[in-house]
Amino acid sequence: MSWWAVLALCGCAYGLKAVGLALADRVPQGGGLGGSLELVVVPVIAALIVVQTVGGDREVVVDARLPAVLVAAVLVWRRAPILVIVLAAGATAALLRHS
Amino acid sequence: MRSSRIIRDAASIGVATGIYAVSFGVLSVAAGFSVAQTCVMSLVAFTGASQFTFVSVIGAGGGVAAALPPALLLAGRNAIYALSLREVLAGGRRRQAVAAHLVIDESTAMAHAQPAAPDKRRAFLATGLAILACWNAGTLAGALAGGALTDPRSLGLDAIFPAVFLALLVPQLGGRRAAGAALLGAATALVLVPIAPAGVPVMASVLACVPFLRRRTP
Repeated sequence: MSWWAVLALCGCAYGLKAVGLALADRVPQGGGLGGSLELVVVPVIAALIVVQTVGGDREVVVDARLPAVLVAAVLVWRRAPILVIVLAAGATAALLRHS
Repeated sequence: MRSSRIIRDAASIGVATGIYAVSFGVLSVAAGFSVAQTCVMSLVAFTGASQFTFVSVIGAGGGVAAALPPALLLAGRNAIYALSLREVLAGGRRRQAVAAHLVIDESTAMAHAQPAAPDKRRAFLATGLAILACWNAGTLAGALAGGALTDPRSLGLDAIFPAVFLALLVPQLGGRRAAGAALLGAATALVLVPIAPAGVPVMASVLACVPFLRRRTP
């Protein structure tokens, strides 16, 4: 495989991160969007959860991931540590797939 | 106390991504990339979902022109993350250039899940560095091992990441604006998943924050 392919991916991936940071410097401080930059990421993370839980190849797929995330939701509500949530979600999905 | 919790959480997430990285290493070598090329991708591109898509398309016989756009659609959300991390990444130009490299789903979510500013910075760095180390170690292991390794799905690994992001999102949902933006973002993604290419549902959901932005004070 050509190194150009690798370098193209690397350059573009870093470039996107750097562009976001450069844009952030242009958003005026205080008022307007400036005070709400943290809110911008909230719907994005929420969408990421949906896509990773029920997302398929151009379709909504309900499989072992959904019950695993529901188990995690109960643990989040009970304020369990991340490690417990990681193990519980992984174990739930793994057990459902092997049963 | 708080600092040790951040490091423990960062390490947990790092190990999970490290195991996932093994399958990236295997997939990348199977797609025709050398071990060195595979490792450079994980070290420099350092954005998991895009890397998987990129080597999958090429492995399926597509060229770079076919593989790059879907990979960049997935990497696009990192630009939104960097934008949201302005306060966390504040510093000199060189510092910012290095910190930008660590901007990914997990480091961003961990940073925003902390209420205090110094903890945000600590969580961002701890998570970014833990994943950088584990992601590259896992990639190397997978690239060298190759062949038939366990499917990460059979270990339930694909369910771990949404669970972690849920744990990191909930602490940010204190106010009505944040809760509203999260619900609208989730709904946007659910509607777009069947009709839009991968990457678009997550990126487009950023628009869900618009109705909830604070009005500019006169």
